[in-house]
Amino acid sequence: MTEARIIPIDGERPRRPVKKAVAPQASAAPAAAAPPVQAAASAAAEPAGKPSPALDIKPRKRPVKRPVAAPASAEAAPADRNADDARVDEALHEVLGGHPDGMDWDTRVARTLDFLRRRVTGDFEVDDFGFDPELTDRVLLAAVRPLYSKWFRVETRGLENIPDSAGALLVANHSGTVAIDSVMTQLAIHDHHPAHRNLRMLGANLVFQLPVVGEVARKSGATLACNADAERLLGSGELVGVWPEGFKGIGKPFSDRYKLQRFGRGGFVAAALRARVPIVPCSIVGAEEIYPIIGNVKSLARLLGVPYVPITPTFPLLGPLGLVPLPSKWIIEFGEPIPTDIYPEGAADDPMLVFNLTDQVRETIQHTLYKLLMQRRSVFF
Amino acid sequence: MAAKSAGSPPSRVVLVTGVSRHLGGRLARELVGAPGIKRVIGVDVIPPPGELGGAEFVRADIRNPIIAKVITAAGVDTVVHMSVIATPVSAGGRTSMKEINVIGTMQLLAACQKADSIRKLVVKSSTAVYGASPKDPAMFTEDMEPKAMPRSGFGKDSVEVEGYVRGFARRRPDVTVSMARFANFLGPRIDTPFTSYFQLPVVPTVLGFDPRMQFVHEDDGIDLLRRLTLEDHPGTFNAAGEGALLLSQAAHRAGRPTLPLPSPLVSAFGDWIRRSRIVDFSPEQIRFLSYGRMVDTSRAERRIGWTPKYSTRETFDEFVAVRGINRHLPAERVEALEHLVAGALSRGGGA
Repeated sequence: MTEARIIPIDGERPRRPVKKAVAPQASAAPAAAAPPVQAAASAAAEPAGKPSPALDIKPRKRPVKRPVAAPASAEAAPADRNADDARVDEALHEVLGGHPDGMDWDTRVARTLDFLRRRVTGDFEVDDFGFDPELTDRVLLAAVRPLYSKWFRVETRGLENIPDSAGALLVANHSGTVAIDSVMTQLAIHDHHPAHRNLRMLGANLVFQLPVVGEVARKSGATLACNADAERLLGSGELVGVWPEGFKGIGKPFSDRYKLQRFGRGGFVAAALRARVPIVPCSIVGAEEIYPIIGNVKSLARLLGVPYVPITPTFPLLGPLGLVPLPSKWIIEFGEPIPTDIYPEGAADDPMLVFNLTDQVRETIQHTLYKLLMQRRSVFF
Repeated sequence: MAAKSAGSPPSRVVLVTGVSRHLGGRLARELVGAPGIKRVIGVDVIPPPGELGGAEFVRADIRNPIIAKVITAAGVDTVVHMSVIATPVSAGGRTSMKEINVIGTMQLLAACQKADSIRKLVVKSSTAVYGASPKDPAMFTEDMEPKAMPRSGFGKDSVEVEGYVRGFARRRPDVTVSMARFANFLGPRIDTPFTSYFQLPVVPTVLGFDPRMQFVHEDDGIDLLRRLTLEDHPGTFNAAGEGALLLSQAAHRAGRPTLPLPSPLVSAFGDWIRRSRIVDFSPEQIRFLSYGRMVDTSRAERRIGWTPKYSTRETFDEFVAVRGINRHLPAERVEALEHLVAGALSRGGGA
């Protein structure tokens, strides 16, 4: 928590995005009841009664209940329409995640029931990797959305560096004792990228060995970090995420925070070269501070067969309470893509090139981390 | 690798082992009268339950050298080996099953090696040779080695059988050797450990795991074996329906609730259920029920042009429909319940 104090360059910055992320949801909750369609309708006619049945689709049944709120959003109308719509959309998305308030109750109930019915009857699709997009969106990601927006107040930068459709390999730094950073990255791209892409993560085999963890990982789109799987995913045009530091990254002591560990053996670069997809370096700031590791019970770790057993200032001291992550402020920056199709066919078999590219990606992420740390005013804001 | 065109008079003599089992019998019937086929000889230790439709039945044990006499006497040129079995109870115990699978294959291959008339060997193998482990790639291709060798049961037998077949292929390079690795069979008539597993009133699963599974429809399997027999496609081919089903999803599609048990309990449950002869379930299936397995079938499509007519999901749904599995939780009833609840809530909440 010390380097945060280094140089508070732009003191103004950090506060704003926090408000942006939180404020609109609070105030937009009523507005969310009146989706864009209604804003247009109520600008013309008073929202009393049911002006046109064509417009009166399910999402509104409450205009009568909130006549005060609806005109208010209509008044702000023409000039601000676009900004407003965007905010309403954002709020809506937020609301779908978990707020019982906001979106029409009937629709929510209908959707939830439909979802539950299809779960009970097994009427849903998973892909060859076991990825269940619907479960991921509606349950798994929904569960961590509050953590994303309220607790860590994640700010994303450079989302435009992720292609809208084609395959790409996202490479990021790993930290935080528990691999929450990968979940947050997945959520950031799923919710805020214009194409709402699903990040297909590559995980260590320990992940798939563990009961429940392995099951949830597969269903959320992760698969084993091996070349076969990486190339299969990249070849079918998926956005693949890899954290090459692995356990060395998330299990490193707090004193080593933001120091990138060895980047595996560069297998990810070879996979990208073979699939000829760009590499998007991704730097995550904030995850290091959620569970600062001040000790590691190595003997117990060996006994349990896990890479490390962390001691943090609150764990195991405070028991289960120690499992609550510290509410650090996060920034996820997606850097400029590094092309791989400029290299000749078979470049993946040139170890020198693979090492150089690995270093280039690593350096890019390390420098971006330093830059972001300088910009950060404090760990928590 | 063009198909050997059927010459003027049909001349080929095909020997099918394991003909008293469902798939073997079906293949034998289909081969009768196929282009170029003069005779189809079925071999098994017990007489087939039904008609073989023109195929001749020879009661012989492939574990016995007598099989060599059958081959030479009839001038067999194609052997289809379908006698690798997965169900210990039907074989009369695990020891007997291993003997049929491994010793049987050895004897059969020894006989084939001596017989000059042999031109082709087709072996029905299984994707069980890939084992099941958390280190598995999402999809196995034919060239991949198992990450964890199957250590017991059917998987191990299949690995050994394939080993002997490869040895045979080395010693008799003039023989076209094709191996088809099938995912779990399902279908309207076939009986496998999985058909009885999904007919249990409650489907036991391993707590904390939801494996991906692939099924292959018996029609598609027969189609592939028929083509491997009639045409020349040397090599090993994965065969499975397209797409994946999760175990829980499959159980729910069959209208069965799942019962997640910690893995030691599943083993105990499996033992009990096997002893009581409800389901012929062997302990090595636990790993499969934990980690699942998927195979890539693109080679069969590329080289043979074989694409399964039934996807994994269609295979399973047809199995459920045809077997008339008594659903405890029929989809229609769940849907009716959904409408009921939605109606009640919207009346209550919308007012």
